[in-house]
Amino acid sequence: MSEGKATKTKRLQYITRTDILQLLLRGRVFLALIIVITVFTLVSPGFLSIANIIIMSKHVAINALLAIGMTFVILSGGIDLSVGSIVGLSAMIAGGLINEGIQLNQFGVIVFPHTWMVIVITMLVGILMGAINGLVITRYKVAPFIATLGMLYIARGFAGLRNNGYTFSNLIGKPEFGNTAFERLGASSLFSINSSIWIMVVFALVAYFVTTRLPFGRHVFALGGNRRAAELSGVRTNQTETIVYMISGFCSAMVGLIIASQLVAAHPATGTAFELTAIAAVVLGGTSLMGGRGSIGGTIIGAFVIGVLSDGLVILGFSSFLQNVIKGIVIVAAVVIDQIQIRMQERIALQRQELK
Amino acid sequence: MNKPAIVSNSSGPDTGVILRTENITKVFPGTVALDQVNYNIYQGKINVLVGENGAGKSTLMKILVGNEQSTKGRVILEGEEIHVRSPQDAMRYGIGIIYQELDLCPNMSIAENIFLAREVVHRGIIDKRTQQQRTSELIQRLEHQIDPNTLVSDLRIGAQQIVIIAKALAQDTRILVMDEPTSALSTTEVEVLFRVIYELKSHGITIVYISHKLDEVLQIGDCITVLRDGRVVAEEVVKNVDIHWVIEKMIGRKLETLFTRKRHEIGKVLLRVEDITLPRVGGGYVINHASFELHKGEVLGIYGMKGAGRSEMLECLAGTNPRATGKIWLGGQDIGGNTTLKRIQAGLVLVPEDRQRDGLVLTLSVAHNILLASLKKYLDRLRLYLVRKKEKKAVNTSIKELSIRVADPRNLIVSLSGGNQQKVVVAKGLLTSPKVLMLDEPTRGIDVGAKHEVFEIMESLAAQGYGILFVSSELKEILAMSDRILVMSKGTITGEFTREEATEAKLINASIVGNGLANEDKQ
Repeated sequence: MSEGKATKTKRLQYITRTDILQLLLRGRVFLALIIVITVFTLVSPGFLSIANIIIMSKHVAINALLAIGMTFVILSGGIDLSVGSIVGLSAMIAGGLINEGIQLNQFGVIVFPHTWMVIVITMLVGILMGAINGLVITRYKVAPFIATLGMLYIARGFAGLRNNGYTFSNLIGKPEFGNTAFERLGASSLFSINSSIWIMVVFALVAYFVTTRLPFGRHVFALGGNRRAAELSGVRTNQTETIVYMISGFCSAMVGLIIASQLVAAHPATGTAFELTAIAAVVLGGTSLMGGRGSIGGTIIGAFVIGVLSDGLVILGFSSFLQNVIKGIVIVAAVVIDQIQIRMQERIALQRQELK
Repeated sequence: MNKPAIVSNSSGPDTGVILRTENITKVFPGTVALDQVNYNIYQGKINVLVGENGAGKSTLMKILVGNEQSTKGRVILEGEEIHVRSPQDAMRYGIGIIYQELDLCPNMSIAENIFLAREVVHRGIIDKRTQQQRTSELIQRLEHQIDPNTLVSDLRIGAQQIVIIAKALAQDTRILVMDEPTSALSTTEVEVLFRVIYELKSHGITIVYISHKLDEVLQIGDCITVLRDGRVVAEEVVKNVDIHWVIEKMIGRKLETLFTRKRHEIGKVLLRVEDITLPRVGGGYVINHASFELHKGEVLGIYGMKGAGRSEMLECLAGTNPRATGKIWLGGQDIGGNTTLKRIQAGLVLVPEDRQRDGLVLTLSVAHNILLASLKKYLDRLRLYLVRKKEKKAVNTSIKELSIRVADPRNLIVSLSGGNQQKVVVAKGLLTSPKVLMLDEPTRGIDVGAKHEVFEIMESLAAQGYGILFVSSELKEILAMSDRILVMSKGTITGEFTREEATEAKLINASIVGNGLANEDKQ
């Protein structure tokens, strides 16, 4: 009897240990974030000051917004390489609308849209670019990688063409046109927190709700998990897939607006290579590149890990080369741990079974 | 030659036993797949292994060929304990397997497939000629004539199976495991396969044959082992047993009738189909102007050989093939031009044949799979978001009604057995509140008990006034379950029989109309 009891408690202890390990693995992105923050705080005491946290969040917000759109795309089993270019194009569209307006030559007039019109038009352009991606992918069965690679060049090209490669600077508008509010979009703050952070929070909450509680979100997961099954279940797969890219385009346009507004200038190279950081955040957040598995929450934390890491390494005075090496290692390590966790889960379920 | 004396669970070295397992236990997340299994494989015999889905047959074989590791227990080959850690290990011991899914590379030739990863090299360069020559020899040994340079994708399933067997032979296999080898074969192809199996046996190769088709098993086997719930429940010489004995052992109780069919009233026309046509790429038709009607409360069976166009017809009705033409009325409403979604909404839903490929999203949970086709029903009053309570209720009701065995609906769908996965696909279809349910091979790859449950579900749905369209390759199933039977051959409906008229012979005759049987055998 006593012997049986002893082995039982031994087993219980074992389970508890693996339980903790599993918990740690599940929350690994969060854990990574905490470790990164702790290390930087120890090395540089000012790191965890409110001011610094807000500055870092402001940097994170840009990538997080792109990563939210990217999460939808990757969940659906696709990839969007064009987000960085759409950021640049959107910035140029917005800058042009404010500085040059819309020239209606046949009437000989120039229309300067209101700030909110600028925002709406720019967003529509972003959505349109996404829609084109989606249509090329669904109608003509082009692989998402190729379709969005094409869009990467096209959108970047248009961004340059818009002002012959020059920057739209000094985007302060004119009071008589009612477009002076543009610089406030990315610069104003509420409760001393920058508007871009608020925008990120709102986007994240909405995206969380969409992925977990809307039929559309469920359809995206199904699409990424098994397209044929989704189709036979009555999911409009082409429509769902197109919308996914439109969401990504929408998020990119938002980022373009925020950057142009914060800099009070629009440069055609804005957002170059942003797509890669966004993909990194999504993958770091535990979303499977095969589609069908992942979460918005993970993506946001993933974006924070990358952001905190970049800013922290800068504060510590690491060279940008070394920064790249470290970021690369972190991304690959995250996926390695992901695989370990999947195997771990199986093993734990196994041990549970044996106990019964 | 006498059959070896079979002693169950014997511990001493059996004469004639080439391989045995000792107390093999395998635990999976969610289930104990094998529970102290002592399994004997007899030298030079055709050892058949039967059991319900989830009984552990496939797991046991995976352990023997090194695809899975047992949690406990030993494997003994010719009196010596062996450790099979990978399929390569198994090959070294002369144990080969042919899976349900034919794992060949379709983009490569027969010879390339047979010598894949074991290429014959001459100074680092693949010796194509030797490979081709040896391939020809192997194929000839299996009484076939196929050019070794043929691409595997150009072969029919039956011929692909021959290639796989040749591949196993090329590796000097002494024990060949066949896991559901006939599940994708036509009747004639099955006959060819059986001849090949006898041929292998006469060369002294030991065969382990796993199948759900009990008549086949009894026809071909020498010894039979029955697994139930991860345990060996019986081991016998095949000639001493009959099908009732097997079923009884498999399900652990007497099953008086597998097919229960009560008579109930058949109502007016529910589904009318006219001139369904699906052109084949490169000329001809996959479906050639098919027309029929389905009544309320009627079970309409569709029988035919593989490739007769049965599954394609259901897919056309479900609206997944844009090249299909024809008119479809459901309850007087014309739905011919509609998308899959509109047809589901109108009340026409398909439970596809290949549940893993077409029916389920394997990355999602049981609950999310059940709900996938009917999400609109669980929205709030403003139809904006999903209400968890409604979702939960629907899931629980489905699980109860179809008695799906799952510990927690939030578990991943892959943790369920085949029969339960099938029930999830049916549940998903039923939640769309259909009028007509199309079931494509609903009992494929599921065990006797689950089959019985699926038939009961069909029966009760028909009694409730659903129209049921049901495709099956199993004559007995279709004869027993259908009120009316359509037979298809080469895309054309070649026969229609009422329940009273139909006989096995009539169905088979109608199913080979226009089929040159002579070229069935040879590629």
